[in-house]
Amino acid sequence: MKQATEIKNEIAAMVVTAWGEQPVFQAGDRIRIRTRSPIGHYRVPTYLRGKSGVVEQVIEPPAVDNEEEGYGRNAGKRLHYYRVAIPLNEIWLDYVGSPRDGLHIEVYETWLERI
Amino acid sequence: MGMQGHSREADHDHAEISKSSPPQYYDIMETAVRELLIEKKMIEADEIRRQLEVLDSRAPALGAKIVARAWVDPAFRARLLANGRAACEEFGISFYDDTQLIVLENTEKVHNLIVCTLCSCYPRPVLGLPPDWYKLKPYRARAVIEPRSILAEFGTIIPDDVEVRVSDSTAMVRYLVLPRRPEGTEDFSEEELAATVTRDTMIGVVPATVVVGRIQQ
Repeated sequence: MKQATEIKNEIAAMVVTAWGEQPVFQAGDRIRIRTRSPIGHYRVPTYLRGKSGVVEQVIEPPAVDNEEEGYGRNAGKRLHYYRVAIPLNEIWLDYVGSPRDGLHIEVYETWLERI
Repeated sequence: MGMQGHSREADHDHAEISKSSPPQYYDIMETAVRELLIEKKMIEADEIRRQLEVLDSRAPALGAKIVARAWVDPAFRARLLANGRAACEEFGISFYDDTQLIVLENTEKVHNLIVCTLCSCYPRPVLGLPPDWYKLKPYRARAVIEPRSILAEFGTIIPDDVEVRVSDSTAMVRYLVLPRRPEGTEDFSEEELAATVTRDTMIGVVPATVVVGRIQQ
């Protein structure tokens, strides 16, 4: 009998996934939160735009895009999202406290860029 | 619902139990939308009543049972930290709002604090309604700007060598803090342990403590 990992590797060499099926980022990736100002409903607080951090975790399963859901399209597309860690002294230059103190937040893929 | 006819109240005057101030903008909007939805048969009055009952059935005592279980059952603790929602569902806590739950463990080296800067996201399926201060702007702003000062105001002094992690819940995920088990509770039953776990310990503003006189023997 073959090992499960062997079959997995064989299948991985064959299967092509659709755009968006696989998360673009992985835990440990360095990212920056995009500076976007879309019209309508979105959930990325202003104080975090343009700030850099690290992807902590890919959150499963992908969730409905709340920028569409805000317009009632709650059967709309699903997006990958991530728990992201940003040092508090990266957000506030005058932060008082340990340099290891951090802000952790979930952010959709459409708001992240690799750095 | 007045108090008339209630025998204890019958012989002295009481203000009627009702709202005396005129309805505000959002009160009127909520009433109008609710009545329209019922009139158009999109939802029924019973559905609203049922949802209120769902919300009323969720309270910190549920979260306390989960925390106490995690303290006494290492395998459950591992499952809770790996997938908060699935672990709560094991014990029958349903996630009626289809949110995910991440449980954050406080340790000797890490202290977690939860906030929702945008509004009032809160692990309602497990804890019920958030306290009023959680929804106020001073807490929401200061928790991400100066978490150590906020914690100090709650009486929680975090040593410099302990990392403070502030989780800002925004979209689909809710957070619950797994506080540290208080010292001197080795002989406590699961029920006694649960009594040390208050709402505020699961938001992360105070540690779980043994309060003399609170534990039912």
